[in-house]
Amino acid sequence: MLQTHDISPEQIERDKLYREMGLSDQEFEMIKDILKRLPNFTETGIFSVMWSEHCSYKTSKPLLRKFPTKASHVLQGPGEGAGIIDIGDNQAVVFKIESHNHPSAVEPYQGAATGVGGIIRDVFSMGARPIASMNSLRFGNLNTDRTKYLFSEVVNGIAGYGNCVGVPTVGGEVQFDDSYEDNPLVNAMCIGLINHDEIQKGIAAGVGNTILYAGPPTGRDGIHGATFASDDLGEDAAKDRPAVQVGDPFMEKLLIEACLEVIHSDALVGMQDMGAAGLTSSASEMASKAGTGLEMNLDLVPQREQHMTAYEMMLSESQERMLLCVKKGREQEIIDIFEKYGLKAVPVGEVIEEKVFRIKHHGEVVADIPVDSLADDAPVFHMPSKEAAYYKEFQKIENTAPFVNDHAEILKQLLQQPTIASKEWVYDQYDSMVQTNTVVTPGSDSAVVRIKGTDKALAITTDCNSRYIYLDPETGGKIAVAEATRNIVCSGAKPLGLTDGLNFGNPTNPEVFWQMEKAVEGMSEACEVLEAPVISGNVSLYNQSKGKSIYPTPIVGMVGLHESLEHITPSFFQKAGDAIYLIGHTKIEFGGSELQNLLDGEYKGKAPAIDLEVEATRQKHLLEAIQSGLIVSAHDLAEGGLAVALAESVFAGKGLGADVHLSGEATVELFSETQSRFIVTVKAEDQARFEKEVKDAKQIGVVTDDQTLSITVNEAAVIQENVNQLEKLWREAIPCLLKSKA
Amino acid sequence: MKFAVIVFPGSNCDRDMYHAVKDVLKTEADLVWYEGSNLENYDGILLPGGFSYGDYLRCGAVASTSDIMKQIKVHAAKGKPVLGVCNGFQILTEAGLLPGALLRNEKLSFMCHQEPLVVENNETIFTAAYDKGEVVHFPIAHGEGNYFCDEETLKELKANNQIVFTYQNNPNGSVEDIAGIMNKQGNVLGMMPHPERAVEQLLGSDDGLRLFQSMIQNWRDMYAANA
Repeated sequence: MLQTHDISPEQIERDKLYREMGLSDQEFEMIKDILKRLPNFTETGIFSVMWSEHCSYKTSKPLLRKFPTKASHVLQGPGEGAGIIDIGDNQAVVFKIESHNHPSAVEPYQGAATGVGGIIRDVFSMGARPIASMNSLRFGNLNTDRTKYLFSEVVNGIAGYGNCVGVPTVGGEVQFDDSYEDNPLVNAMCIGLINHDEIQKGIAAGVGNTILYAGPPTGRDGIHGATFASDDLGEDAAKDRPAVQVGDPFMEKLLIEACLEVIHSDALVGMQDMGAAGLTSSASEMASKAGTGLEMNLDLVPQREQHMTAYEMMLSESQERMLLCVKKGREQEIIDIFEKYGLKAVPVGEVIEEKVFRIKHHGEVVADIPVDSLADDAPVFHMPSKEAAYYKEFQKIENTAPFVNDHAEILKQLLQQPTIASKEWVYDQYDSMVQTNTVVTPGSDSAVVRIKGTDKALAITTDCNSRYIYLDPETGGKIAVAEATRNIVCSGAKPLGLTDGLNFGNPTNPEVFWQMEKAVEGMSEACEVLEAPVISGNVSLYNQSKGKSIYPTPIVGMVGLHESLEHITPSFFQKAGDAIYLIGHTKIEFGGSELQNLLDGEYKGKAPAIDLEVEATRQKHLLEAIQSGLIVSAHDLAEGGLAVALAESVFAGKGLGADVHLSGEATVELFSETQSRFIVTVKAEDQARFEKEVKDAKQIGVVTDDQTLSITVNEAAVIQENVNQLEKLWREAIPCLLKSKA
Repeated sequence: MKFAVIVFPGSNCDRDMYHAVKDVLKTEADLVWYEGSNLENYDGILLPGGFSYGDYLRCGAVASTSDIMKQIKVHAAKGKPVLGVCNGFQILTEAGLLPGALLRNEKLSFMCHQEPLVVENNETIFTAAYDKGEVVHFPIAHGEGNYFCDEETLKELKANNQIVFTYQNNPNGSVEDIAGIMNKQGNVLGMMPHPERAVEQLLGSDDGLRLFQSMIQNWRDMYAANA
């Protein structure tokens, strides 16, 4: 990595040193045009991070424009630290998801920890109190020491940071596939609560106003993190470890409390966290959004290490730092608040009229850049796209059911697949209850967090079945959104909107770009039909290692609203005697299924089909039935199909069982992954009313108290298993895999 | 009765404790910042959970040397009720107000879930509203909740009935399944499980209510006796 500032502009051009910072020849020419001269070393660094995919979305922007982002209840769409949705009573919910994939691949504990810290800062920098965290994780199969280490340390890092900072980690999802073996995905989501009149924006407005730097001093950690995140993860990635930041959750906790006190002062003009590309992005974006310029003196920036260059300071991603714009003459009021929490806040610059980003260091101007050129004029690339060759082949494969001899044995094996198995080993390490709002703790379709002082609650879920998206990006993209809304609706809430964490491979590969394009199209259509606008998001590209792309993984983080606490509905069966209904019809659909992976060790064929209109109607009817009090429990059918969903429904330690009678072909009925299906339970006395309200529901059995999962198909018993034994297999699968020798 | 909920830098269950006392039990309470505050006018002191000072050095070690702890020691000596939960318990042991120490959990990882506890002693100002031997459900959320003391201390704890709560299924390796202990005088209780997280059925348990109610009832009885 380049470290020195003694390199002349001419040398940067002659030796094409900008390439090492991630800039292309074409981009370097653009910079020369903007500046009308050669950029110096510091300026080249500033452009390279601001124009990295992570900060500029230069290749994904044309796709992101397809997402529906508007609705009457959206107060803030994509563009700020996080999106905001109105939930009535002057309250709003703020949320965003962000990836920390590459840092987690080389330094899993700190990579994951700082991912959590960064997304929490995005939320409280808007003025919101962070009330819940979620995450979505992907790893290789748990059969190598390296994967086990990555998995354990990522979970440890999330716990270490989240528990200390006092924001409950209320849920998430973890999936395992070989495609993530060297490139795990760590996407963290934070949800905050805010009053409308407290919403802050990251703006540096008012010429003459002061720019305050708050938080711990700047060090050399994380330099060029944004660029690192926007490049292929090479086999020698470990040498990039210095590009990974180190987190201090205690500092973050103090920063949360100080910032939430600061927002009540009318001396504050704007506030933004120093995330990716640190001082550079926060300062230039705050000025750009306000239509102003900004001058900063690096000699005033608190420094942890000696002899830091301007380049290092501007590109450092030291954690837990904030940049504030404060009314001139009133700096002390804000400084005092930070001091109460033992934090330093110091003036480092001011807002200027001329729209330039001017940085001084040791009495010299070390950067002088038109401010809009960094944020708004970043190049946008329309990458070539080509339908993936494999897709054509997969579409030719007819849907057939695999041969299964012993359905009970297959169910047991499915329950032990790490993607299906209980994630208790993971979530027990997270403080899921701090702040005393968590009504539904991890392990259900959605987490549910009540809002104190109201009768309302929020349902939160993260979802993405990347196998389907790999097989058929457009259909899979629709399913990702639909599955999230299904989880929200099953918990009794109405979807409000979503944040997308788009994780893909190298976009310069036309087949990868095609996956991105189609997935986004599918997601956008589902967002329209299911009425869930996209309010924020993050793009992580170049996720590949050893030359192979990860499965396309656009994670959906969704929040829904329970209008009454009465509507909160459990995922699990509650009482013996309740009738079990299946909503939706089952077809022969095994492409991308857990059963296919179990039997064939690969995914191929067509993804399950989805009709969004049918999906929307079913969800609407189900939510209405929940709201009218007809539903005891509701669970969507996902990986492993009906048999796995039934098993999960009796794993709640209530000593229940189920007596289920199906007709058709046993393998299809039990394990097909046909979409838009639910199982719900209904009290005997409500059955008639329920059947009238939800038309495509069919009773398939009753909840029993004999702790047996009993399933017949065409009156022949195919599964007759003790619930405790099944549950033990399901619960112990992941701890067992972690202990076993690779 | 008026409670002080002490807030250290890094406390994170302070607002939960305040909510339990103020909103659920409808009892007076203030969040009291660790610096520049006077505890004279409070009738009970609550040390909430969290990661005071980031748990750097040792859990509770830095907070135990703060000025407010000096005040708390004086009030504790005078018999004022003091309850330390989770990090609050760790601070009380570090400050020497309770014997023993909290080590890392036996399984080394943080754990968070509901645990069944046994009320070992109901003749205290904290547990009078429970039955002896009753099983109650409180959440735990800690990485360092493994209670340890030497044999002599343990003998003394037993002899003086200072063991107030034990775990039914010891989750963290604590000596004698200990979940909560009090001082010899009976006015300082430290416990790893969170009673303030167990005050609403909506969140899974309201078994913690009676702990606070016991404290409030005791204060009323004393107040009536002194009036």
